[in-house]
Amino acid sequence: MDKQESKIRVERKIHYPNFFRATWSLANRDLKKWYLSPAILIISMVQPIIWLALFGKAFNLGALFTSVSSGATAAELAIFGTTSYFSYLALGMLAFMAISTSMMGGMSIVWDRRFGFVDKILTAPITKLSIIVGKILNSVIRALAQAVVLLIIAIVLGMTLTYFTITSVLTAFAALFLLSFGMSSLFVLLALRARDWQSQMMIINLLMLPLLFASNAFFPLSIMPSWLQTIASWNPVSYAISIGRSALLGPSYTPLASNLMSFLYLGIFAVGMTAITVILSRRLLKG
Amino acid sequence: MDIIKVNNLSKVFNGNLRAVDGVSFEVKEGEIFGFLGPNGAGKTTTIKMLTTLISPTGGDAQILGYSIKKNAPEVRASIGVVPQEYTADEDLTGYDNILLLADLYGIPRDVANKRIAELLELVELSNAAKRKVATYSGGMRRRLELAIGLINFPPVLFLDEPTLGLDVQTRTAVWNYIKKLKEKYKMTLFMTTHYLEEADHLCDRIALIDHGKIIKIGAPEALKAQLGGDIIKLSVSNDKPELKKILENAVGVKEVKKIGNEYRIKAKSSETLTPKLIALLSSKKYQVTKLSMTKPSLDEVYLEYTGKSMREEQGGFDRFAQNRQMQATRR
Ligand SMILES: Nc1ncnc2c1ncn2[C@@H]1O[C@H](COP(=O)(O)OP(=O)(O)OP(=O)(O)O)[C@@H](O)[C@H]1O
Ligand SMILES: [Mg+2]
Repeated sequence: MDKQESKIRVERKIHYPNFFRATWSLANRDLKKWYLSPAILIISMVQPIIWLALFGKAFNLGALFTSVSSGATAAELAIFGTTSYFSYLALGMLAFMAISTSMMGGMSIVWDRRFGFVDKILTAPITKLSIIVGKILNSVIRALAQAVVLLIIAIVLGMTLTYFTITSVLTAFAALFLLSFGMSSLFVLLALRARDWQSQMMIINLLMLPLLFASNAFFPLSIMPSWLQTIASWNPVSYAISIGRSALLGPSYTPLASNLMSFLYLGIFAVGMTAITVILSRRLLKG
Repeated sequence: MDIIKVNNLSKVFNGNLRAVDGVSFEVKEGEIFGFLGPNGAGKTTTIKMLTTLISPTGGDAQILGYSIKKNAPEVRASIGVVPQEYTADEDLTGYDNILLLADLYGIPRDVANKRIAELLELVELSNAAKRKVATYSGGMRRRLELAIGLINFPPVLFLDEPTLGLDVQTRTAVWNYIKKLKEKYKMTLFMTTHYLEEADHLCDRIALIDHGKIIKIGAPEALKAQLGGDIIKLSVSNDKPELKKILENAVGVKEVKKIGNEYRIKAKSSETLTPKLIALLSSKKYQVTKLSMTKPSLDEVYLEYTGKSMREEQGGFDRFAQNRQMQATRR
């Protein structure tokens, strides 16, 4: 009996998929829904563009903090580091785009669980690392691609870039990359045990606006109440925006920290978040 | 040759719900082995443990010699799973769904493309392959799940209620595919069902399961034979107390029970005994008013060992299953 058993084992060569291929296939499965349906692509761009137009152009929030007198431009320059609030806000909206895309991408694992799709892939000989990294990859790729489109639209709408070189644009996108990497890990983690869309929506509502408003997306930290300043100075979103502004807007913008320190902080956030999610997924991602 | 060996496998949910309560059995290579039981009996939970989706709280099992606890990756690489629910991604095409799983099993692209074409042909989905799964009918989705479960040509295929919610025609079609596939790829099948006929016709051996425990295991024929034969039911108009004795003494009668004014006679073969009984009774001037013969069915086996009829439950239970299926599809 035992002899026969070992015979079957030998006869059949166990075959495992390559990690990169499995991970990419999973990411690509999510990406297909996006690049194969242009409607989703367009809809996901709408909100930041509306906000950009509304807050940046129509209301011109920036003017609210400066008097409309002759000294307005000087005051704007002092507070925002640019005379164009629209340009200032555009970088905030790029970050907003990155986190909302990461959030939706990360949270989509809730639906995958409900539809039994997670069960299906958990019986395949792949690692949980593939599943997590596939989800993150999907979010990051979407976020960056949409950020490119948003940046172009902002420029068309009148955004002025003092520095507009390949290096400065790449610097800004490197920051967005790290931000969306960390954020999608965070949201995959939050979604790992969530079973229904109600709790998912709750998490989104609870986190989305605070992440944005407790950051320098709309105003600099200097004009915030001190408690908000403290939160905003821990918020990784602030650092991604700070890097983007100092790379693209010019020398009159005062960054939150040196770009090196900001990158370091974002890097730690991204790697740390991913590590935590991957480790916890071993226990939390189950059938 | 035991391709699946299950040893005292248990699953306790939330500390007190014994969904699977120490089951042990073996499945031989090339067999179709069926788990038959009512809703909540623990069928899906057993399959989830055997396919490494959830971990057992007690016991262990070997598939092709690999432990589901210690060698989960090897087990996963050796099995195919067709789950109870529809789990394909609705937003993708049928083709993309199979292709994804081919990638996850690490099947080289050229091999995968050939196999996908072959499997789609087999389940008659070639024409719908480039359509989104959301546009598929229930039967089409079931067949797609089958094709997905087979993409790695698994030596062992697990099927959880593969015909749930399908009409009789589609059910037959699905089973024809499954049998064809089994022949073609020489697989061992482990399936669950609550359709008695299905278990009876398809399975080489079945395990009756209820409340997480296996009540009886054997070939359907053997289980039925163990019941001790056919049942003849008759009533007479001019009943007398000595009739029971007369019936019991007749050659070929194994057991006589009187329920109300009806005699239930167990016999090895009802076809040969019935004419003899009628002749015997008319020679003794009894008037037979009612007569029926029943072949032993799995329902009667079930009745014998659990004390309840599965068929009686089935009305309620099919409706329930149907509901669940609808919910699964709506989602
Ligand atoms: N994740 C879970 N948590 C708690 N209880 C569970 C869980 N999964 C199953 N159960 C319980 O375990 C028992 C067995 O369920 P299981 O799904 O194995 O039944 P089944 O035999 O497949 O029934 P059906 O014919 O309805 O599919 C049920 O009482 C069910 O409520
Ligand atoms: Mg079940």
